[in-house]
Amino acid sequence: MSAIGTDAIEGFSATRDTARVTRDRLRVGSAVLLLAALVGIPLVANDYWLNAVLIPFLIMSLTALGLNLLMGYAGQASLGTGGFMSVGAYATYNLLLRLPELPLPVSLLLGGVISGLVGIVAGLPSLRIKGFYLVASTLATQFLLEWLFNQYGWFSNYSTSSSISAPRLAIFGHDLSSPTGRYFLTLATVVVVTVVATRLVRSQTGRTWMAIRDMDTAAAVIGVPVSAGKLKAFFVSSLVIGIAGALWAFAYLGTVDARSFNLDRSFQVMFAIIIGGMGSISGNYLGAAFMILLPILLDHVGGGLFGGAIDPGQLENLQKALFGALIVWFLIKEPRGLAALLSRAWTQLAARLGR
Amino acid sequence: MSFFVETLVGGLLAGVMYSLVAIGFVLVFKASGVFNFAQGSMVLCAALTFVTLRDKGLDFWLAALITLSVMVVLGIAVERVVLRPLVNRPQITLFMATLGVSFMIEGVAQIAMGASVHELDLGIVDTPIEIGGVQVSQFDLAAAGTAGILVIALSIFFNKTRIGIALRAIADDPQAALSIGIRLQTLWQIVWGVAGFVSLVAGLLWGARQGVQFALTLVVLKALPVLIIGGFTSMAGAIVGGLIVGAGDSLAEIYLGSLLGGSVSTWFAYVLAVAFLLVRPAGLFGEAPIERI
Repeated sequence: MSAIGTDAIEGFSATRDTARVTRDRLRVGSAVLLLAALVGIPLVANDYWLNAVLIPFLIMSLTALGLNLLMGYAGQASLGTGGFMSVGAYATYNLLLRLPELPLPVSLLLGGVISGLVGIVAGLPSLRIKGFYLVASTLATQFLLEWLFNQYGWFSNYSTSSSISAPRLAIFGHDLSSPTGRYFLTLATVVVVTVVATRLVRSQTGRTWMAIRDMDTAAAVIGVPVSAGKLKAFFVSSLVIGIAGALWAFAYLGTVDARSFNLDRSFQVMFAIIIGGMGSISGNYLGAAFMILLPILLDHVGGGLFGGAIDPGQLENLQKALFGALIVWFLIKEPRGLAALLSRAWTQLAARLGR
Repeated sequence: MSFFVETLVGGLLAGVMYSLVAIGFVLVFKASGVFNFAQGSMVLCAALTFVTLRDKGLDFWLAALITLSVMVVLGIAVERVVLRPLVNRPQITLFMATLGVSFMIEGVAQIAMGASVHELDLGIVDTPIEIGGVQVSQFDLAAAGTAGILVIALSIFFNKTRIGIALRAIADDPQAALSIGIRLQTLWQIVWGVAGFVSLVAGLLWGARQGVQFALTLVVLKALPVLIIGGFTSMAGAIVGGLIVGAGDSLAEIYLGSLLGGSVSTWFAYVLAVAFLLVRPAGLFGEAPIERI
């Protein structure tokens, strides 16, 4: 009797192990394939795809990753994303302008570090306040930074127009200003940051963050360094977001403009991680794809369906309403985001293949 | 000195206008824990509907009545279609859902009623009058008076009627309220209906003040610091917070703005609010949650 039971259990766990191994192999395999595809894309894609779809998608993913570290892993909601992006963009701009001997990757990283330091200051209230009160206090950061960059000419090198064009992008003499060059710069940054972030959330730091997220009072009671953990989360998150902001300015727009880092941007990034999946790395890419691709899709569908029949203002309103409805629908249907949806699909596929 | 007093009084009266929007937030947050970002677009929607009806030649009170029913239906629909399926989700998800709702309302309202700026005339003369040597805008006085009446009416509603008492029970402990037979969902609908009514009043006053246009939705961003200072759960807090923000804002604009060489009104209220938070983490009148492990 007991022998049969044991057999059954062993048989069961063996199937599960096979399924898990298959699933992990599937995941690694698909990641490698995806990476290969991303590297190979410039061979087939035209400039429109690179400029208008792939580059913003990658940068949005990076921004989402930054916010997800703070919000999805450490549980500190923030609407200051646009502000941190602008810090990264203006810091990198000034580094490139004033210290031209620094190579581009170093300037990017330093720009990120400066944004991270601003993030620590912005994160100080989190030691005392929680929840929506904290969200509102990050809004203070957002508005203050927006104002700062508009108000003081030093940041934009006293440029007369509000948007300043970015300096030429080059690494060790290689010109990166072509769409392909900017694409690879973005891709390389995203890959490096993703690898580092994945390691980080599985380390002691990541576990500290998750303990704080799940219940900071309990975490403090068992001796998790809550304050240090929160500030570290603000630092790392703002660092990543700062790098993404610099890329947004240099690799995507080609100009540094405080208006492209306004509150709407902060909301957009927050939507991306909620739709993609909070507390998940792959969710950032799915959410970013949703946020970047959907408006383009709506644009094309709307243009194709109605042509010139209704005016562009109305079309824009229609898109806005539809977008809002989709977001609500998504929140209702899939609370853990696209990442959970995909993970379920993987498990099912693996169970079938592993059998 | 009289200039200082004038700025202060003007700021205080403007602050009451912020409180008006903040009250709508407090109502919904207190009863259902939803941070309703759509309040701003509800204000816009109310003002747009009213103006459109008035342009069609409808009588003032008839237009107000129709707008009121539109807003109440809208509020109830939001509760029913969006928030009910999201019960028990994290607060941030609910917040995001109301953002989605605000996109929907803004999009649909502007498709249906156009995006151009409308004049809204409530028949209140806007000539400054002099009280004790200080010039005060008559319109602002009337607005403040309306807000005052609204707050008193709402406080009576919440403190004296059965519905109000049931709502306070829900705010206190939803589980316990459910177990003694209070109908949670009916009451949520009532709250959303009342929130629709409050946004009608706010929409009319704000619309008359700065014209009915898309920028009306931005009053939400002005109401947020008010909420933080007053606390998300207190009606009195919304009023006091509004006065503080209004006064602080206009004084800072004059005195701090000239010092820093630019308009500080976009962020000053927020920085002020954070300063308050550091001293009182749940706002002046908010209840600090007790945490148990």
